[in-house]
Amino acid sequence: MAFGAGRREGRRPSLPGSGAGPRPEPDAESPALSPRDATDAPIPADAPPRPARRPGNPRLLAGLLLLGGLAAGAALADAVAGLLGHDAFAPDLFSRFEPPSAAHPLGTDELGRDILLRLLYGARVSLAVGLATALAASVVGTLAGVVAAWRGGLVDALVMRLADALLALPALPLLVVLAAIDPARLGLPARGEGLGTAGADILRITLILALFGWVGVARLSRAAALSVLARDHIRAARALGATEARVLRRHVLPNILAPVAVATALAVGGAVLAESVLSFLGLGIQPPAPSWGNMLANAQELVFAAPLSALWPGLAILLTVTGCNLVADGLRRR
Amino acid sequence: MARLIAARLAQMAVLLALLSFAAYMLIGLMPGDPVDLAIMADPRLTAADAARLRALHGLDQPLLARYGAWALAVLHGEFGFSRLYARPAAAVLWPALGSTLVLLAASLSLAILVGVGLGALAALRPRLAPFVEALALLGQAVPTFWLGMLLIILFAVDLGWLPAGGEADAPGLLAALRFLALPVATLAIANLAAYARHSAAALETALREPWIRSARARGASEEQVLWRHAAPNAAVPVLTIAALDAGALVSGALVTETVFARPGMGKLIYDAVMGNDYNLALLALLLTAAVTVLSGLAADLAQRALDPRLRDA
Repeated sequence: MAFGAGRREGRRPSLPGSGAGPRPEPDAESPALSPRDATDAPIPADAPPRPARRPGNPRLLAGLLLLGGLAAGAALADAVAGLLGHDAFAPDLFSRFEPPSAAHPLGTDELGRDILLRLLYGARVSLAVGLATALAASVVGTLAGVVAAWRGGLVDALVMRLADALLALPALPLLVVLAAIDPARLGLPARGEGLGTAGADILRITLILALFGWVGVARLSRAAALSVLARDHIRAARALGATEARVLRRHVLPNILAPVAVATALAVGGAVLAESVLSFLGLGIQPPAPSWGNMLANAQELVFAAPLSALWPGLAILLTVTGCNLVADGLRRR
Repeated sequence: MARLIAARLAQMAVLLALLSFAAYMLIGLMPGDPVDLAIMADPRLTAADAARLRALHGLDQPLLARYGAWALAVLHGEFGFSRLYARPAAAVLWPALGSTLVLLAASLSLAILVGVGLGALAALRPRLAPFVEALALLGQAVPTFWLGMLLIILFAVDLGWLPAGGEADAPGLLAALRFLALPVATLAIANLAAYARHSAAALETALREPWIRSARARGASEEQVLWRHAAPNAAVPVLTIAALDAGALVSGALVTETVFARPGMGKLIYDAVMGNDYNLALLALLLTAAVTVLSGLAADLAQRALDPRLRDA
């Protein structure tokens, strides 16, 4: 996972050829909200790796706990379904809109399905889209950013103009247009073929979101790579006869992982939010597969009949995105 | 300055041309076309009728030829008719833009007012900073459509104070305000987090600058230091974000407009895309893209106007 890689990198100061400070400070220019951090000096590179660290990083910890809890819930969805003895997908019209009880901890929806189970299965979809999108965006974005910084000239100009253009466009309406495309006309697996309905939808939404998501990572990693490429240890490595591929792989990439990890964590939250918007509009994950977005779309039609059914899916989205932002914040302040 | 504006406008023209091409091709990839919808609406249409209709509207032509014809017409100022509204596309667009601009102006000013207030509080009273930070964290993560639904449930369903959605049914400012209140609150809450964070950070940075120390050394009061020296410097990034937000929100209000059933630009684009209303969807997309790019330019110009150090660059 990208977070793990970034964290390890931060406290490993002895890379070959990197004399001083391999810790990039991605956020030196944007000061922290709380003044306490203003006095935090960066940890010197030659300090012993463990004991010199600040006591704890509550943001990172809280974010990881939140996301870990949600991921555990998603992983245990089948077990919870067995425990409660319900099927999350089978309608049961005799028990519609039941209030919370021991059998249905969060009650049932308009088709008598257990809301807790649908939330947990929805977590699978949301987290899958979020992680897959962020992973794709950070791989493509890092590659584009590093290559642009390294080649410079025309390649750099082309990549960055493309990024600027994508940033300048109104994102939401374009996402709507892209999500409305019939995948069969592009030769992609259509709904209900091969991957199963939910799988095809997840793939489709991931591709669409990654199309916009790489831009942020590319800009960050380009800036970081430019500053790393100008350092002495790069010249030293080249003087020692390292090939360009080796310079990029061993000396540039490890040094830009921290900002990339921050951007990736933010991208997970952004993707979860965007997926819920598209599913809410009826363009994302299609029912009967549950997703937090399409559960909210249902809830909107039931605002008068069952106002409380709107509460849980939105809360789940809020907690997931908050968790991602906390992780990103925590990584940034390390 | 003039050269900068000219260059950016030229870039915008290129961007819009590319976008119109890409959007036209994408719309060609969407399932169904207007004739399919006509068949669905009238089962007596035969296959021969459908073929004749397609030929009549040029839908049997290859996509590239259709794009060429459309682009030529647009360059002559012919934007075509809206299929959904059976009126010229441009005539449908302007009222929607007006509705969105009202929503945007109200919610953005509210967001800036409250957000900057919170940010200043965090910067000047460090003990309150964690609370403001927590608020900003939640504000940035909350899905707008969910927030809107919660407000509807609270104020329209439970309390019955405000209408759940739609546009003012009676003339007069009060009626309009009643219908605006919930969508404006939704958008403002969702956007004020960014202003709180950025204004707190900008004010803290400004207060650490050496000229603040020298102002204090010259005996300026704390109020003078804040209003004469720190605030103007902190305003630059906040105004930049505001200009960018304004551009993004012209179409970004799509979700809020859908939840509250307001006939603005965002909802118009959504309905046009869903209803295979090609002319309207393309025109609305291009207009919002133009507004977004122009607001980016406005942000740059505002930055230069406010910060003399940027003018030589």
